[in-house]
Amino acid sequence: MADHTEHHVVPKKIYFAVFFALIVLTWVTTLVSRVDLGKWNIFVALAIAIIKASIVALFFMHVWYSTRLTKMIVMCAVFWLILLLFITMTDIWTRSWMGVPGR
Amino acid sequence: MASHTADLEASGAHASNLQHHFENPDQQKDASTIGMWVFLVTEVMFFGGLFLAYFVYRQAYPAAFAAASNNTDLWIGAVNTTVLICSSLTMALAVHSAALGKKNLIVLFLILTLILGGTFLGVKAYEYHDKFVKHEVPGQNFDCRDEAGNPCVDAAHTPLFFALYFGMTGLHATHMIVGVGIILFLIAQARKGAYGPKWHTPVELFGLYWHFVDIVWIFLFPLLYLIDRSGAPR
Repeated sequence: MADHTEHHVVPKKIYFAVFFALIVLTWVTTLVSRVDLGKWNIFVALAIAIIKASIVALFFMHVWYSTRLTKMIVMCAVFWLILLLFITMTDIWTRSWMGVPGR
Repeated sequence: MASHTADLEASGAHASNLQHHFENPDQQKDASTIGMWVFLVTEVMFFGGLFLAYFVYRQAYPAAFAAASNNTDLWIGAVNTTVLICSSLTMALAVHSAALGKKNLIVLFLILTLILGGTFLGVKAYEYHDKFVKHEVPGQNFDCRDEAGNPCVDAAHTPLFFALYFGMTGLHATHMIVGVGIILFLIAQARKGAYGPKWHTPVELFGLYWHFVDIVWIFLFPLLYLIDRSGAPR
């Protein structure tokens, strides 16, 4: 892939395809939320949200066509966010396992 | 220096748009794009703190979060998500039109984005009003009731949900209000013919901001509106 973005115009049909996928996924996640999947409801909802966010970033925000440096900066955001959420939640999730005071 | 200027003219750059510390328009555009993305990384972490607070409290009080979430209007939320996605499409098409130099289409798509963004904010204002009327704003007169009029499950912890609801959607709406101001500026500039195939960086970077705000909502919608909607016994 070229290492700079000069004069690259994303075809319009890609925007419409992404838009169509986003609308469908919005209504899928809305309707699936009304089906009882037990503890899996949140995982399905978050998986759909992650897919939607990814295609917005890749195509509406042109990350797919951008320079390697830009891609690395985007991955920094994802990486740091995962650190923030996941590392903290491992503590929150597991603290009660030991039955120690101060939970 | 003279040859540098000649290079610029040969490359077809609009002299007033190329700052002297950049070699050429492509370098300048890459630098601007990276600057915007670095700002968006800080925005991700800004919202990230609120998402973390949400996950910690949802983990601690799942029943209260489920009960409170069921008091949001699922269909209004879904329709508003659709409105916001439409505004992202029109924004993407505005950038597309700018890259092709179609001045009237840039203005048209920016105005459509403005209308859709305004619609989203209007619906949000309606939802906020509804929550104030129903005493679902955390504070002295807070009261959470289910459809039958009975107090919510674990009512003592439902204000946490609503505090996060107002905090997260409020910060999101603040970003959109800032965005609306910038769109008005871009429309005025686009009408003057400021943006074309050679230079439309402001339109493109604002597009990044607008899509980022859309992504935030893509996560807020399932987390705030879609908890425990199946009606299964808790």
